[in-house]
Amino acid sequence: MNIMKFRPLFLIISLTLLSISAFSLLKWQFKLSSDFTGGSVWEVQLTKDLSKNDIEKIFTDAKISLRDFQFDSKKASLKFANIDQDQKTSLDKNLKSLDDKYSELKYETVGPILGKELMQKTLVAVALSSLALLLFIGSKFKDFSFGISAVLAMLHDAFILLGAFSLLGHFFGAELDSLFVTALLTTLSASVHDTVVTFDRIRELRQKNFRLEWENLANLAVSEVIVRSINNSMTIIFMLLALVLLGGVITKWFSLALLIGVVCGTYSSTGVAIPLVLLFKKSKQ
Amino acid sequence: MPSVNSRQRNIFLTILGITFLCLIVNLPSSQKVSFHWGKINFDHTFYRPDFSFKIGSYQFKKNLDLRYGLDLAGGASLLYDVDTTKLSSTEVVSALESLKGNIERRVNLFGISEANVKLTNNSGKNRLEVELPGVEDINQAINLIGRTAQLSFRGEDSKVTDATTSATFAQAFPNDTGINGSHLVKSTVQINPNDSRPEVGLEFNAEGTKLFEKATKDYLNKRIAIFLDDIPVTYPTVQNVIPDGKAVINGQFDIKSAKELSAQLNAGALPLPITILSQTTLGATLGKDTIHKGVIAGLVGLVVLSLFMIGNYGFFGMISVLSLFIYGLITLTLYRLIPITLTFPGIVGFILSIGMAVDSNILIFERFKEEIRDGKPWNIAMELGFGKAWDSIKDANTCTIITGLILFNPFSWSFLNTSGMVRGFALTLILGIFISIFTGVFVTRNLLRVLAKKNNQL
Repeated sequence: MNIMKFRPLFLIISLTLLSISAFSLLKWQFKLSSDFTGGSVWEVQLTKDLSKNDIEKIFTDAKISLRDFQFDSKKASLKFANIDQDQKTSLDKNLKSLDDKYSELKYETVGPILGKELMQKTLVAVALSSLALLLFIGSKFKDFSFGISAVLAMLHDAFILLGAFSLLGHFFGAELDSLFVTALLTTLSASVHDTVVTFDRIRELRQKNFRLEWENLANLAVSEVIVRSINNSMTIIFMLLALVLLGGVITKWFSLALLIGVVCGTYSSTGVAIPLVLLFKKSKQ
Repeated sequence: MPSVNSRQRNIFLTILGITFLCLIVNLPSSQKVSFHWGKINFDHTFYRPDFSFKIGSYQFKKNLDLRYGLDLAGGASLLYDVDTTKLSSTEVVSALESLKGNIERRVNLFGISEANVKLTNNSGKNRLEVELPGVEDINQAINLIGRTAQLSFRGEDSKVTDATTSATFAQAFPNDTGINGSHLVKSTVQINPNDSRPEVGLEFNAEGTKLFEKATKDYLNKRIAIFLDDIPVTYPTVQNVIPDGKAVINGQFDIKSAKELSAQLNAGALPLPITILSQTTLGATLGKDTIHKGVIAGLVGLVVLSLFMIGNYGFFGMISVLSLFIYGLITLTLYRLIPITLTFPGIVGFILSIGMAVDSNILIFERFKEEIRDGKPWNIAMELGFGKAWDSIKDANTCTIITGLILFNPFSWSFLNTSGMVRGFALTLILGIFISIFTGVFVTRNLLRVLAKKNNQL
């Protein structure tokens, strides 16, 4: 199977995905959740048939501007800037006067400092992971072009995942929260997991036939591991797809992010990491 | 049929034993069974045996219930910023500990069994995290934690003599003298010149001095108990009438506890000022919904996964589903034993590691197929498949563990994430990888050695 002859196609696919991501990231950025921006989320379950205006009036009276208001069969989800304890108590009281049996499902306030810290730390974690994986793979294969390629493929996946979430945020209201950070970092490890298995096969084949061209080695390795790669991704995809389709509200975007990450990671081993290794080898000759 | 030697059979039986033990641990804690058939009436409630034993005088007992995190069980979580700017760096550590102890005492007073008070350091800023599972009224919790410590002096009722527990203690000292924290000017640590033991000195303001003089007159040769947040701190016997508003609490202090008490009395409140940064309440309904849907999604995913594996690898797929089942049991058992608090990201980490557990098997089986295609005899191909796949499994999982460790942040480095949520996810992921290597490679291999027959096709 001569998969490496499709390298131009892989290049086009990756460049397209990367530029769509870059475009969306520049134009729409992210829809940040209160984890990042700071703010309050208040979810209440009502028992009476209140109109959207009734609830909005409570906020206009209290001079609190609403950022987001979802209302769906007696369940209201409200987002607004940070308020203090007294303001919250008066909101409680005013809502109680409209519906004395309402129950609070969730109330969350996050200081914006927390959000800033989280973003910085995520970047540090990504940088540190990249460095550690580059060193590990580089020394394991005694060849740093493998380490660099694997890490670049991983960053490629991370970037596409970020872009995908920027698009999902713009069109479907997906928010970037701290769970997304976890999904992003998992994507990094899943991507490398897959790449390393393929690299491992190249190393093994090279020991047996070291006269073979790198390109032929790569083709041989990919065709030997591709069934495994696809089967393995399928198993993870089954689990995640079930979570996306059947899981609760909190799970949905998180699982979708992982799903995009896993699909990307499977593609990038063959479509990005190996072509990059070949590029390094060619430029050395 | 490959010859099964006694060592392989022993390993096989050990695996079955472990599976059985894990199965028992994961039984529901009580199960009522009743059936009626003709004249036979059977009514019995089965209880899961407790994990408790005795070695000598050491009693070992373990609660095997799964612990759910705030996001699943519902409850309140508060994050405070601690202002330590007024203290020198040497004082900060003990002040923080005293703050933590203080808040823990207040939270326990609130009656929450699994409350969690944590000190964290976030890029140089000291933070205090309080998690209160099951608490829905966050205002009450905030008031409780942030309120001023209540200091009170209460006189003894000599009729009640037994004063061992705090409940009877409160009964033994029913007479409030009217003195409280607001009457205190300052509190100092002194060394008693006679026996050179540390003691805590109190100085009252004018009103406090009058009240204290009266109290010492009323309770001369009796005891006055000092309560802090309704918990008795000390109960000295009044030896003289004290008219000058200066009192000394002596007796049972070492220098550390004397300093701590004095600090608490001085602040009249918490030893360090705290301001609330964020507060979260989650209703239990949201968590129940998440668990319920998550379990259904997980089961559906598992069934599809099993069908896929059996469809692709036949008998071998069945064995790998079996070892996946053992994987799930061992993981849940460890969650109960360690114990690991189950949070939502934790469950996703668990599900993800199931995927990785299957991956080891797929790698091995594909290798096995290759060796068969090369014309190797059946049992040699199987052993070769395991041997060759091991390198890839090892390297790939090491990479995942590296990322997992950076997320888990074992040394609590302040430049990395210290949030419990991300760490919970990382911990379940790392644990999952180690168990999956055990079940995916060791267990599957030994099950196959004993159960597989030559005509089983891949």
